[in-house]
Amino acid sequence: MTYITKPKLHHPALPKNSLGYTHRDYEGRISTLCAGCGHDSISAALIQACFELAIEPHRVAKLSGIGCSSKTPDYFLGQSHGFNAVHGRMPSVLTGANLANRDLIYLGVSGDGDSASIGLGQFAHCVRRGVNMVYICENNGVYGLTKGQFSATADKGSKSKTAVNSDSPIDLVSLALLLGATFVARGFSGDKKQLVPLLKAAIAHRGSAILDVISPCVQFNNNPESTKSYDFVREHNDAVNRIDFIVPKAEITVDYEPGAIETVRQHDGSVIKLAKLRPDYNPHDRAGAMAFCQAHAAKGEVVTGLLYIEDDAQDLHAHLNTVAAPLNGLGEADLCPGAKALDAINASYR
Amino acid sequence: MPIVATNDFVVKFANVNGSGSASANELFARCILRMGVPVASRNIFPSNIQGLPTWYEVRVSGAGWLGRRGGVDLMVCMNPQTWDKDVASIEKGGYLVYDSTKPMPPSKFRDDLTVLGVPLTELSNSLEGTIPRERQLLKNVIYLGALSALLGFEAGVVESLIGQQFKGKEKLINLNMRAIELGHGYAATHLAGKCQLKVERSEKVGDRIFIAGNDAAALGCVYGGATVAAWYPITPSTSLAEAFMKHCKRQRVDPETKQNKFAIVQAEDEIAAIGMVLGACWNGARAFTATSGPGISLMNEFFGFAYYAEVPAVIFDIQRGGPSTGMPTRTQQSDILLAAYASHGDTKHVMTFPADPHESFEFAAQAFDLAERLQTPVFVMMDLDIGMNDWLVEPLTWDDNRKYDRGKLVTEEELEAGKPFARYLDVDGDAIAYRTLPGTHPTKGNYFTRGSSHDAYARYSEEGRDYTDVMLRLLRKLETAKTILPQPVVRKAPASTRWGVLYFGSTAVAMDEAIVSLEGRGLLLDTLRIRAFPFAEEIVDFINAHDQVFVIEQNRDAQMLKLLVAECAIDPAKFISILHYDGTPITARFIEAAISERMMLKAQREAAE
Repeated sequence: MTYITKPKLHHPALPKNSLGYTHRDYEGRISTLCAGCGHDSISAALIQACFELAIEPHRVAKLSGIGCSSKTPDYFLGQSHGFNAVHGRMPSVLTGANLANRDLIYLGVSGDGDSASIGLGQFAHCVRRGVNMVYICENNGVYGLTKGQFSATADKGSKSKTAVNSDSPIDLVSLALLLGATFVARGFSGDKKQLVPLLKAAIAHRGSAILDVISPCVQFNNNPESTKSYDFVREHNDAVNRIDFIVPKAEITVDYEPGAIETVRQHDGSVIKLAKLRPDYNPHDRAGAMAFCQAHAAKGEVVTGLLYIEDDAQDLHAHLNTVAAPLNGLGEADLCPGAKALDAINASYR
Repeated sequence: MPIVATNDFVVKFANVNGSGSASANELFARCILRMGVPVASRNIFPSNIQGLPTWYEVRVSGAGWLGRRGGVDLMVCMNPQTWDKDVASIEKGGYLVYDSTKPMPPSKFRDDLTVLGVPLTELSNSLEGTIPRERQLLKNVIYLGALSALLGFEAGVVESLIGQQFKGKEKLINLNMRAIELGHGYAATHLAGKCQLKVERSEKVGDRIFIAGNDAAALGCVYGGATVAAWYPITPSTSLAEAFMKHCKRQRVDPETKQNKFAIVQAEDEIAAIGMVLGACWNGARAFTATSGPGISLMNEFFGFAYYAEVPAVIFDIQRGGPSTGMPTRTQQSDILLAAYASHGDTKHVMTFPADPHESFEFAAQAFDLAERLQTPVFVMMDLDIGMNDWLVEPLTWDDNRKYDRGKLVTEEELEAGKPFARYLDVDGDAIAYRTLPGTHPTKGNYFTRGSSHDAYARYSEEGRDYTDVMLRLLRKLETAKTILPQPVVRKAPASTRWGVLYFGSTAVAMDEAIVSLEGRGLLLDTLRIRAFPFAEEIVDFINAHDQVFVIEQNRDAQMLKLLVAECAIDPAKFISILHYDGTPITARFIEAAISERMMLKAQREAAE
């Protein structure tokens, strides 16, 4: 980690977004993670994405579990409420928080131990329910905080100081597709250009947006054989698309070759423009996405980009048919049927 | 000699699970209530859907005693599997009703019993236009008809209840009426004068209602403003969550938009259920979960989190027989210590102990105020007996002037006006700090909620002093809790006595009856009903004011007694433990016998000395 405290003052000419905030207004505390940690790059990408989207920082709730990745919500969006849950249980807490107030943006930050090992059940079920959230798994294949044990996403044959991993890895992207996630993407912490628009599109998505972000652990799993290392991902990355995220009413300025562009319109009117690096890849085909990921994994390649999106996704609140107003704002008048109604209820028990 | 009794006897139905007996049996109990005579009914059922034995017991009590009495005066034997045991369990001189379609060997009866055979199968086969499954169900209705004649029900009582139950379904009403008439007609013709148990109209029921605790607690959640419920199916708590769903659909749907002012999620397990409750409460909704012992075990880690990070939560523990899977369909009060100190590290939790469905309603609604005021989990400790049986209780009441206590919440306006905010700082001296909800203010009032050690400003800290400050304040917070929790209920004996008795929860109805019997025998005790933990000062005073104090519990290990010894620093020799834990609800007979034996033994010893 760096021990230099950032000055609060900043250059007066720093660019401001439409709310008048600079990107400094989206920062958090100084990271306590190792120098070069992929997670810090993801935090930086989140700061960038929220700045560019001109989100009011306090309208975001950051939730995480336990582990290196789960520490990061302290390091971005310093004006947001944060919740560091117990290990592997962030999804349930986020689900409950979302039910209480549908008007906030929910960022769930987790790691591969938190999501794929102890928390696999909660990961699966919050995806199934379609909770409106951005679920980021900062995936490095190891337990960093306890010094390098394998996680459930570790490659078969991975070596640690004391053991060789013989268990099959869990691919959270394939799992999310299987479980009905309506937005599934994979990014790489070392590719901010790809990651920032992915995050922006995920935030605008109404439903479960799952982002598996490969985030090398420089201490324990950055060896060249690891599929979660900087070198490996750079060499074997097959990005299916480059996306450009456009907020509602903004002028579409990006220019791509004809035939290589696909636009996706989301609920809030925002538009995702996909520059198709693989013209044959269709991000609206769930089964195709699963097959594609599996085929590439078998070849030792890591697929990145927006892998699947459902245009008209519905979230848990839609499924539960809840009122438009946040439930946490309802008072006695809305919630309590009153004494007269109770008389009638009593009568039905006689 | 046959038993002769009016408005004071016990009828038990021995049935096969899944044979459709439950609704006929419940109808039987309601008929008696309609005649103004109090009943206490209990369903004794297996963890099974079809085939295993199940019993339904109705105590008819003109005196109004609502606990189980013990013993059976009239048994309706519908289950060959349990015949021998059922027959053996009837009181001397009692009655036996059975399906006499096929003859039974005399060895299957008892000489002292009055046997009332009704050819139920034959009669149901005579119902034209029915299919076999219907005829099976209608056997239950036929015995209800026969009982109405044997016990002398007022004309029209059964009919009006059937009309109400099947409202709008004329065909079903007709069919059931025909079955009632068949049974009634047979008994009136062939068994007239043979049964000397009678029900006579009384005014004892008054305007009381007949409701199960889970149903009442669910209503309490609706009235108390709960908007989020997360739960996982587990007997005997499932019906609480389902009742909440039912009442919300009736009371909480916006009439214009048809949208719901509630969110109910059936979670993937109990851990997720409590996680959702914490997330919702952290974010300012009133949320609860309902579970039983195994669920409490699973939720432990989150309880410690909520205690330490000071997140409100409401948990209904409908206790059943433990340990492990234990007796899922039997009652116990055996989660007391588990809930009191749930989770690793030093913790202590707030519990309330409702005694019946009426109090379940009140404590349920109050639990949300307590949880938000105290910013900590509140356990409403019910049990299967209260939760799943219909009890005769005073009507539920609500004061329309009542306002929800949302606790110490700092608003956007207050922050804007410059009110200082430190999430875990005790500024009022009551050890309760202020909190903000996510999204309140752009630049003020945000904080980080964590289960790791933190200082008064919610900053991560491993400083010993920061840690102990918070831990000591949490202890002091529970001192504040004592002053706002339901206070104990004390009943003084007619004359001064050095004997006291403590009890709680579903034991109350049996205790009410036992204490009157004991007084009738000249054995005087003051009683105190514990209604909450941490214990009120009054409980300590009560114990100190008596030489010997009985503690009556429905568990093996005297959990409440241990809690009293540990929390109130009282000499264990002061207590006499009375324990009932076979899974059936405790009875007045049991309490009376246990207390009188000990009191008389003591008197004998003292006389000998």
